[in-house]
Amino acid sequence: MIRFEHVGKDYAGWTAIEDLSLTVEKGEFCVLIGPSGSGKTTTLKMINRLIEHDRGRILFEGAEIRSFAPEELRRRMGYAIQSIGLFPHWTVEENIGAVPKLLGWPRAKIRDRVTELLEMLTLDPERYRARYPRHLSGGEQQRIGVARALAANPSVLLMDEPFGALDPVTRDTLQAEMLRIQAASGTTVVLVTHDIDEAIRLASRIVILEGGRIAQSGSPREILAAPANDFVADFVGRSDRGLRLLAAERVGDRMRRGETAVGEPLTVDASLREALSLFVARNVDRLPVQDGSGALIGAIRLADLVRPPPSEAAP
Amino acid sequence: MVKNPVLLVLVVAALAAAIVLSFLSHAPNRLLSGQPVPWGVVLEGWRSLAFAPALVLLAGPFLPNGRITHGLVALAASALIAGMIWLAGDVARSMADAAAPAARTSFGGAFWILAVMAALAASDALQKLTREPALRIGLALLLAVPAVFLVADGFIDALSIMKEYANRHAVFAAAVTTHLAIIAAMLVPTLAIGLPLGLLVHRRQGLGRPIFAVLNIIQTVPSIALFGLLIAPLAALVAFAPALARLGISGIGVTPAIIALTLYSLLPIVRSTAAGLAAVPTAAIEAARGIGMTRGQIFRAVEVPLALPVLVAGLRVTVVQAVGLTAVAALIGAGGLGAIIFQGLNASAIDLVMLGVVPLVGIAVLADLALKLAGAMLKARTG
Amino acid sequence: MRRIDPLIPAAIALVALVLGMPALKPLFAWMFPDQARPLYEQDSFLSLTLDHLSLVGISSAVSVVVGVAVAIFVTRPSGRAFRPLAETLTAAGQTFPPIAVLAIAVPLLGFGPLPALIALALYGLLPVTEATVAGIEQVPAGVREAARGIGMSPTGILARVELPLAAPVIVAGIRTSVIINIGTAAIASTVGVKTLGLPIIVGLSGFNTAYVLQGALVVGLLAAVVDLAFDRLGGFLGRWNRDRVAKTA
Repeated sequence: MIRFEHVGKDYAGWTAIEDLSLTVEKGEFCVLIGPSGSGKTTTLKMINRLIEHDRGRILFEGAEIRSFAPEELRRRMGYAIQSIGLFPHWTVEENIGAVPKLLGWPRAKIRDRVTELLEMLTLDPERYRARYPRHLSGGEQQRIGVARALAANPSVLLMDEPFGALDPVTRDTLQAEMLRIQAASGTTVVLVTHDIDEAIRLASRIVILEGGRIAQSGSPREILAAPANDFVADFVGRSDRGLRLLAAERVGDRMRRGETAVGEPLTVDASLREALSLFVARNVDRLPVQDGSGALIGAIRLADLVRPPPSEAAP
Repeated sequence: MVKNPVLLVLVVAALAAAIVLSFLSHAPNRLLSGQPVPWGVVLEGWRSLAFAPALVLLAGPFLPNGRITHGLVALAASALIAGMIWLAGDVARSMADAAAPAARTSFGGAFWILAVMAALAASDALQKLTREPALRIGLALLLAVPAVFLVADGFIDALSIMKEYANRHAVFAAAVTTHLAIIAAMLVPTLAIGLPLGLLVHRRQGLGRPIFAVLNIIQTVPSIALFGLLIAPLAALVAFAPALARLGISGIGVTPAIIALTLYSLLPIVRSTAAGLAAVPTAAIEAARGIGMTRGQIFRAVEVPLALPVLVAGLRVTVVQAVGLTAVAALIGAGGLGAIIFQGLNASAIDLVMLGVVPLVGIAVLADLALKLAGAMLKARTG
Repeated sequence: MRRIDPLIPAAIALVALVLGMPALKPLFAWMFPDQARPLYEQDSFLSLTLDHLSLVGISSAVSVVVGVAVAIFVTRPSGRAFRPLAETLTAAGQTFPPIAVLAIAVPLLGFGPLPALIALALYGLLPVTEATVAGIEQVPAGVREAARGIGMSPTGILARVELPLAAPVIVAGIRTSVIINIGTAAIASTVGVKTLGLPIIVGLSGFNTAYVLQGALVVGLLAAVVDLAFDRLGGFLGRWNRDRVAKTA
């Protein structure tokens, strides 16, 4: 979908991106992470040519991005930023419909698409459609920002710290919605963050950048299990690494089907980290597990967090 | 107890003015200064009922604060102004019957101060009644309707100011037309130069300082001096190129007036254009770029509409300032309402001065209200 | 090379023009060959300038004292109720053209300097009040609260916190007021007050462009010098405030 080949970028006197090669596959949720100045935002903005690269090639769907007019390229990609940047003089509907309108969609189609997106982001279309951004909370504004980015069914969604300015509860909700939307639509996402927990939660692949170079790239589990160097180890947190590793896996992966336990159940989608928290809080070493519909399907033991249980054949 | 100290102060000030100053004055002819008409004559018989709304205003400070009280005060103030105009007209008519035809009855200081206090009471009440500026301006205009109707319908034709008007209504109409035409003509070069200059200042930050330094010094020069300074160079220019004279250009009259007004107007227009563009949220522009708008689309669909309320505020300053400056331009022969004012000042005829001043202030206030309204409506959209 | 502050040459030019106008007579005679009297000599430019300055100075002093006092009153808890009225008055009052205020004051109060002085003082009041209210309002609430917290009295907060922090904004308002008054004082010559507007008015009514030019040059330069001086004062106060804030930070 997106391919960086030996890409470089210099600013007056210093090199922001040195020699970056990276392929983002279709349907991936790729999270770029690193400290400030590591080049993560520059990398993101080079994809839709908000920043032009100086060396190497960047390919989008197999074609060099310079072969597209910048505006055309950007209209084919969604773009959401931390400061949201809704147009204050446009209604929610006009904001979401901005790109479809640029693309010349018929009015009725834009309207339907707006309805669909508002529903997808759990906002009542009839209540929100005609409102102006200033009447929305921060979380609602960012939902509209995401809806605007998704409006024209882009094949890639670029997000620059989209949840960075939100309070923890709203951020958590929006992360969950983002995962759901990405799973449902299969859109390729490239997201920039400096929050390692957000990266672990959202990414199918994490790319850790340091000083304009890739320090390590891989699935959250791979990176947490085997940090490539000291920098990555520090970045993913030496003392918290185990906990983050737990955060990267689901209860469903380690549960014992058919086994029973007493107490308030966990859901299969919960992370192992949440399971650990419950073990400690309840002072137990065994918890029941339920599926999405609330039916009890098994149990998980404290020891399973350290070592996967012997497969299905368990007692 | 006192519930509304502001209204109480206005009422006390109005009462003090009513005691010290006269409501109307009467003179045997327009050049002699008038003698106060006693309140006893003014309030003779049924006529005193015109002051009935004043009772509401007298009670107003002690009524509980609430929508009903504020509404009543606003209505009473409007009715009082209309009542006073009717009353003045009625007294003037009855006095005119008795006296010689050259005799003049004029509004006295008490009339003007009572009218201003009533207008302030109405404005204070409207401010407490609604926070919506557009609604407030609309209500204010509605409240002015009775007074305007009385004047327009000839109820005060017996008063000196209207006699001055009757004597020269053709001159008056021409003066108002000229005044408005000069302002309209000034806006063309002002916007043609000011808007691009404001855009330039916004795009090239380094240019702001020198441009504003020059415009600020121009704004500083007293109007009469700037008008005067243009006479000699323009006269020299016309002498050098007589073809210009055939185009109507000369050292005195409308040409220097429009040039000077444009020079004065550039500062508020350039400043508000640049400030409006600078106030557009950078996030909105970044997002617009990110979703694939072209520079032109960003300018038209995002920057211009978001900068417009600030620009309109600058336009309001410009126009209100130009209304007053155009009056001064009468000194260099540009005509307009200033010509009537200066004629009145030279003749010491206060009603002639008023004939120029009242519409002058009226135009300024109306322009101010109209552009405030436009600004408020734009602001309501952009937030 | 350091750039010379334009205030210095402008001030020197002003003094030279005011004192040395008679010396320029040959120049004006050359510029206006048709004019029998190419130099305004009824009054000396020095006396006109001093008259102009005293009219502006006295009226502005009244404007500043009353305007700042009104602004302080309406920003105190006891005067809060009057703030909307003060704002309406200053906003509406400034839509009145200065010439209108002058034209009303003079016939009502008689010709001569006193009515002009009152008109100028009244009109000059508005920008001062407006700016002082704005200046006091923009003092951060945290600073005010901290001042209260360390036990300052309301008067102490006003004198030692609010007014010093508002000073640059107040000075900007005084500057606007003074500049408007310099211009209005020039127009006051039309109602018989002796100011630098007099040569202009005499020149305009007598078709003597030389007089107009002389009066316009002096009064224009005077306004520019005063404006530049205020600009320096404002810049100084701004730096002074910033330095003090920086030191406390």
